[in-house]
Amino acid sequence: MSSPTVDLIEYDDAVARFDPVIGIEVHVELGTRTKMFCPAEAVFGEEPNTAVSPVSLGLPGALPVVNGTAVEYAIRIGLALNCSIAETCRFARKNYFYPDVPKNFQTSQYDEPIAFDGYLDVELGDGTIFRVEIERAHMEEDAGKNTHVGGATGRIHGAEYSLVDYNRAGIPLVEIVTRPITGAGARAPEVARAYVQTLRDIFRTLGVSEARMERGNVRADVNLSLRDTPESPLGTRTETKNVNSFRSVERAVRYEVSRQAAILAAGGTITQETRHWHEDTGTTTAGRVKSDAEDYRYFPEPDLVPVAPSRAWVEEIRSGLPEMPVARRNRLQSVWGYADAEMRDVVNAGAIDLIEATVAAGTAPAAARKWWMGELARSAKTDQVELEDLRVTPAQIAELQGLVDSGRLNDKLARQVLEGVLAGEGSPGQVVVARGLEVVSDDGALLAAIDAALAAQPDVVAKVRSGNLGPVGAIIGAVMKATKGQADAGRVRALVVERIGTDG
Amino acid sequence: MSTLSRDEVARVAALARIDLTPDELDRLAGELDVIVESVARVSEVATPDVPATSHPLPLTNVFRADVPEPSLPIADVLRSAPASEDGKFLVPQILGEE
Repeated sequence: MSSPTVDLIEYDDAVARFDPVIGIEVHVELGTRTKMFCPAEAVFGEEPNTAVSPVSLGLPGALPVVNGTAVEYAIRIGLALNCSIAETCRFARKNYFYPDVPKNFQTSQYDEPIAFDGYLDVELGDGTIFRVEIERAHMEEDAGKNTHVGGATGRIHGAEYSLVDYNRAGIPLVEIVTRPITGAGARAPEVARAYVQTLRDIFRTLGVSEARMERGNVRADVNLSLRDTPESPLGTRTETKNVNSFRSVERAVRYEVSRQAAILAAGGTITQETRHWHEDTGTTTAGRVKSDAEDYRYFPEPDLVPVAPSRAWVEEIRSGLPEMPVARRNRLQSVWGYADAEMRDVVNAGAIDLIEATVAAGTAPAAARKWWMGELARSAKTDQVELEDLRVTPAQIAELQGLVDSGRLNDKLARQVLEGVLAGEGSPGQVVVARGLEVVSDDGALLAAIDAALAAQPDVVAKVRSGNLGPVGAIIGAVMKATKGQADAGRVRALVVERIGTDG
Repeated sequence: MSTLSRDEVARVAALARIDLTPDELDRLAGELDVIVESVARVSEVATPDVPATSHPLPLTNVFRADVPEPSLPIADVLRSAPASEDGKFLVPQILGEE
C-alpha cells in the first residue's frame, strides 16, 4: 500500500501562523515482580506464554487480586507529580475485542483515578522551566503481544494470521495524562520531549520502573492540535500512538504541526483520528477514526473492591520519597558553586553522578568538573562512548587529583597519567610508578639541571642579575625540558632566582 | 413507557459482538425495558446525598503481596487453544488495528 503524497508546511512557517497545543499520555510499566492482578511473574524476553496464570489468560472463573506493591508505586508516581491521591477509587472494565486482551476487557480505572490534579516542572535546553499540568494518573494492566505472520511487510495489513504471547498481559501500568499543554508555541516539540524525558528520570529515581525506552517500558501517545491564536478555542486533535523514544516524541510533534498546518492553510479540516508513527521516515499515517468504536462501555469492575489508601499510608509513602532529579540538581549546584551554564553542561553530559561520586571521594567540585567536562569529555567524544562507560572511576579521578594537590604531579603529568588509566594500565598510583611520571621534587636533581641551564645561557644570567627578571623564563623552560616536564615549575623558578642571586 | 429503543439494543449488541435476529431484538428491547424501568424506580428513592454503590461488600484494599508463583505449564496454557504455533496462540487474521 503506497501512501499518497502529503503536503507539509515548513515548521517555522507553520508555528508562525498557528499556535500548537499538545497533550501527552505516557504509559509506564511498573517494575514489580508480579503482574497487576495475579502472581504470574512480570518478565521480559522469556519464552512465549511461560509467565502466565489463569487470570492473565482470561480463563473462565479466574479472579483477580490487586498487587499491593503496584498500588504503592502508583501512589509514589502520583506524589512525585504533585498530584492529590484519591481517598477512594475503583477499577473499571474497558471493553473491547482484540486478541492481545484475552478477557475482552482491560482492567483499568475510569472515573476514579488513584492520582489527579498535579503538575511537573520540566527544564528546557536553555534552562527555562516549563510547567506541565497533570490531569490524572491511573492504574491499569498491559496487553499481550501480537506477531503478524504472512503478508509482505509483517505489518497487520495483509497478514494471514497472528500469534499471541500473553507474558506481557497483566503487567502493571500507570498511565499519566496531561491537561492540554498551551503556551509552548514554537517550542512545543522540545517541551514534549523534555516532559517525557523528565518523567523517565523520575520513574528511575522513584525506583518504580527500569523505564527502558527501547524495551517499551515507557510509551507515549502524543496529541496535537493547532489553533489560529493562543486566544482561539482548541482545534481538532490527532493522537499519534506509541512514540517510544525521546527524539521521536519531538519529531512526531514537529511532523504533525507541519502536516496539520498545510491542511488548515489550504482551507481543509483536521480529522479527529489516531495516527501511526513511522520511526524510519519520521512521518505519521492515519489510523482509526474516532467514532462509535470508541464506546468502551466502561463499568465498575465487580471482581475487585475499591482501593482506599489511608492518609497515614500516603504520608508514609510521601516521607519516603527520594529527592527528585530537579531538586537534587539545584541542591548540588548550590553546594558545588557552579554557574548555571556550567551546571547545565554537566547535566547534559550525564556527568552529575560521576562528579558527585568524585567529590564524595575527596576532590574539590571545581577540579572534579574540570576533569569530567575536560579531558574525560574529550576522550568520551573521541571514542564515541558515554562518560560513564570510560575505563576510569570517580575514585581514580579523586586519586589523580590528590596526586596533583600534593604536588607529586603537575597538570601535564596528570594528563599523561590519566591517559595510562584510560588505556587500562591500572590506578593513577600504578601508572605513575610504571611510567615514571612523578614530579622531580628532589632539589639536588633540580639544582644540577638549573646549573647546567645557567652555564649554557650566561647572557640571560647577566640580564637577570642586573635586575631584569623577564628572561628568567628561558632558564625555567630549559630546566623543564631537561627534566622532561617532570619538575614543579614554581619550585624551579624559586630555585633559579635564588641561584642567580646568591651565585654572584 | 418504553425508554429503550430497538436501535439502542441493536447498537449495544453490535458493541458486544452479539448477533441478534430481528425477532430477538424485538423481544430483548421489551425485556431490557422492564429492567431499565426497575432501575429507574430505584433512582426515585435515592436522593442525591446517597452515594452510588458499585460494590455491595464493605471491603476495601484487598491486596496481594508481590511474590511470584510458577506459571501454568505451557502444555496447559495451550491445551484449549484451537491452534498454536511456536508456543503462541494462533488467531485468525485481524482486521484493522486496535
